[in-house]
Amino acid sequence: MTTQAEMQIAPSAHAHAERKWWHYFTFCEDHKVIGLQYLVTAFFFYAIGGALATAIRTELATPASDFVTPDTYNSLLTLHGTIMIFLWIIPAGAGLANYLIPLMIGARDMAFPKMNAMAFWMVPPSGIALVLSFFLESPQAGWTSYPPLSLMTGKVGEGIWIFSLLVAGTSSILGAINFLVTILKMRVPSMTIHQMPLFCWSMLATAGLILVGTPVLAGALILLAFDLLAGTSFFNPTGGGDPIVYQHMFWFYSHPAVYIMVLPLFGAISEILPVHARKPIFGYKAIAYSSLVISFLGLIVWAHHMFTSGTPAWLRMFFMITTMIIAVPTGIKVFGWLATIWGGKISFNSAMLFAMGFIAVFVIGGITGVMLAAVPFDIHVHDTYFVVAHLHYVLFGGSVFGIYAAIYHWFPKMTGRMVNETLGQIHFVLTFIGMNLTFMPMHELGLLGMNRRIAFYDARFTTLNQVATVGAYILAVSTVPFLINAVWSWVKGAKAVDNPWNALTLEWQTSSPPAIENFEVLPVLMTGPYDYGEHHSENGALPPSAEPVLTGSSSGS
Amino acid sequence: MQGTVDPNKAALNYHNEEVVAPAHEEHPDLRLFGLLVFLGAESMIFLGLFVAYLTFRAVYPSWPPEGTPERELVLPAINTVILIASSFIIHNADTAIKKNDVKGLRTWFSITAIMGAVFLMGQLYEYSKLEFGLTTNLYASTFYVLTGFHGLHVFLGVCLILAVLWRAQKAGHYSDHDHFGVEAAELYWHFVDVVWIVLFILLYLL
Ligand code: HEM
Ligand SMILES: [Cu+2]
Repeated sequence: MTTQAEMQIAPSAHAHAERKWWHYFTFCEDHKVIGLQYLVTAFFFYAIGGALATAIRTELATPASDFVTPDTYNSLLTLHGTIMIFLWIIPAGAGLANYLIPLMIGARDMAFPKMNAMAFWMVPPSGIALVLSFFLESPQAGWTSYPPLSLMTGKVGEGIWIFSLLVAGTSSILGAINFLVTILKMRVPSMTIHQMPLFCWSMLATAGLILVGTPVLAGALILLAFDLLAGTSFFNPTGGGDPIVYQHMFWFYSHPAVYIMVLPLFGAISEILPVHARKPIFGYKAIAYSSLVISFLGLIVWAHHMFTSGTPAWLRMFFMITTMIIAVPTGIKVFGWLATIWGGKISFNSAMLFAMGFIAVFVIGGITGVMLAAVPFDIHVHDTYFVVAHLHYVLFGGSVFGIYAAIYHWFPKMTGRMVNETLGQIHFVLTFIGMNLTFMPMHELGLLGMNRRIAFYDARFTTLNQVATVGAYILAVSTVPFLINAVWSWVKGAKAVDNPWNALTLEWQTSSPPAIENFEVLPVLMTGPYDYGEHHSENGALPPSAEPVLTGSSSGS
Repeated sequence: MQGTVDPNKAALNYHNEEVVAPAHEEHPDLRLFGLLVFLGAESMIFLGLFVAYLTFRAVYPSWPPEGTPERELVLPAINTVILIASSFIIHNADTAIKKNDVKGLRTWFSITAIMGAVFLMGQLYEYSKLEFGLTTNLYASTFYVLTGFHGLHVFLGVCLILAVLWRAQKAGHYSDHDHFGVEAAELYWHFVDVVWIVLFILLYLL
C-alpha cells in the first residue's frame, strides 16, 4: 500500500499537490482517495465475512452440531449476513461510484466532498462495532433481525447490531445524496444526460432507492431499539405490538436493498462488455431506463418476502405480479448485454471473464427469483436452502462477480499498474467453480426440505452439504490469487498507459492514475461513450491515430 | 454498427497544447439542492413512522386502546399555532437578508428561535401532565416516540437558527447574494413545521 501511492503523482507539471500514501488513512476529500478507501475497507470486511462463511460451512459438513455450539452458529450466521450486505457489497458499490462518477462525467470531484469523506468514515466504526460484538455478546437473530426473536437473544448484541446498521445506513444516505446531485448537476457542459455512461444511470437509480428505502429501515430500527432497550412493545406481541409491521418496514428497505447491491454492478457490466468486445452497447436507452424502472418496481414488491407471514391473499397476488414484472426490465438488460458481445472481438481477460460469468450466474438467480415469486412455490420452499441458493446466485454471482470484474477493469486507472492476467484467470476459474459447487446443491437441498439457519440437519442431506462445503473451501482459496495479484500488481505491476483498453468513456482520457483534480483541462465530448467501430466523418481526412475524439477546451468551461 | 474496432483507431488523443493550470472549477452552488434531497430522505423516516402508526391503529380493536387516560388537547393546539406562526416569522428573515438587512435577519431569527424554544417547553410540560408513560400501552409508546422524534428535529432546527445568529454577528457574513445558511435554516424550519402539522392531525385529531 505504500509505494504505489507515491506513483500516483500526476505526470502533469501543473499538479500543485501530490497524493501521499498516508492520505489514504486520513479524512481526505478527494473522491478518488475516498473511492479506494471504501473499496479496501469493504474488502477487509469481505475477508471477515468470508471467514465466518467458511466456519458456517465447516459446521455444516456434518449433520451434528459439532464444530461450534448452536448459539455460536447463530452468531456466525448473523454476522456473516450483516457484514456481507452492509459492510462489503453496499460500501464496495459506493467505492466504485465515488471513484468513477466524477471521472466519467468530467467533474473535478463530487458535489459535497466533505460530506463524502464523512460518509466513508462512518463505515469503519460501524463494521468494527459489529465485529467486536462477536467477542462481547453477539447478535443472533439473523440479518433480518425479526422481532420477537431479536428481542430475546440478548440486549447488548442486538443493541450493537442496531447501532451498526444505523451508522452504516446514515453513511449510505449521505453517499447517495452526493451521487444524485453530482450526476444531475456536475456533468461537463457538453455531456447531455443521454451521453452519460450507463454506470452513472445505474447509480442514479441506486441513489434513488437508497434515499427512499434506507430512512424507512432507520425508522424500523429506532422502534426496535425502543422495544429492546426501553421496554416499549411496538413489535412485541406480548405487549400488544405487531411484529408484522417490522417485517413490512424492514423489507420496504431490504428488497430495494437487493437492487442497491446489484444495480451499481449492472452499470459496471454495461461499461465493461462493450470495451472488451469492441462493440457499441446494444440498446443504450433501454439499458439506461430499465435501471430506473427496476428502481421504481423494486419499491413495490417487498412483501414477496412475507408470503408466509399471514399476508392476505389479494395482497400476495399483487406482490406476486409486481415481482414477476421486475424480471422484464432485468431481462432487457441481460439481452442488451448478450447482443453487445454477440459477434464482438472479445478479449478473454480477467475483467471480461468475470463480466461474462456475472451474466451466466446472475441469470440463474433471476430465474429462481421468478420461481420464488410464485406464491404456491414460495410457500413450499420458504425458509429452506432454496432461498439461500437464490440469494447467493444473485448476490455472489451478481454483485461479487460484478465487483471483481470492475476491479480488474479499472485497476489500471486506479493504480497506474496492470494486473497479472494469469493470476486473474486462475482467480476466475476457482471462483466460478467454487461458487457453483457451493450454491448449486442448495437448490436441491431446499427442495428436499432442508431448513435454513439451523446448525444441524437430517443425515440424508449429508452428501450435498459436503459438496457445498468443498465448494466453500475452493472459494476461500480463490481469494488468494486475487490478493496476491492485487497487492503485487499495485506495487510492482507493469506500468499502465492512460487508456490500456482503448475505451471511450472519459475516465480513460486522463492520466493513470488521474491527477488530483482529474483533468488538466475539462474534456469536451466528441463521441458517444460506446461508439466502438463507428466511423466518423473525420476518418477520411485525418490519420486514424490523430482522430480528435476529445479535445481540451482552455476557453474555460 | 456491427463492425469491430481497430484498436489504433480507437486510441484517443487528448490535445494538450493549450493546457491551463487546473483552476478550482467553480460549479454553481449545489448546497440547497443537496439539502432538499436530504430532507426528502428525512421525510421518508417520518413517512415510515406515520404509516407504522396508522397500521397499529388500524389493527387495534379500539384506538386509543381501552383505558388510555385522557389526552391533553388545548396545549398542543396552542403549540401548533406557535409553530405555524413561526414559519411565517422566519420567512421575514429571508426577505430581510435579500435586501441586505442583517439587522432584520437577526430580529426575525431571534423571534423564531424563541418560538421554537417555547414549543419545546410546551411539549415537555405536556409530557409532565400526561397520565400515561412511554410503556403504558402501544398508543402511549407511539405518542411519545413520534412527538419525541419530532421534538428532536425542532431542537436541531433551533440549534441551526442559533448558529446562523452567531455567524450573523460578523458584519458581512451574510449578504443579499450570499446567505445559504439563512436559507438552509429556514427550509429546515418549514420542514419541521410541515411534519408537525401531519403529526398533530394523526395523533390528536384522528
Ligand atoms: C437482483 C438481484 C436480487 C437479489 C440481490 C435478491 C436477493 C434476495 C434475498 C437476499 C432473498 C432472501 C430473503 C430471505 O431472507 O428469506 C431473496 C428472496 C426472494 N427473492 Fe430475490 N433477489 C434478487 C432478484 C430477484 C428477482 C429478479 C426476483 C424475482 C423476479 C426475486 C424474488 C425473490 C423472492 C420472491 C424472494 C422470497 C423468498 C422467500 O422469502 O421465501 N429476487 N432475494
Ligand atoms: Cu425481495
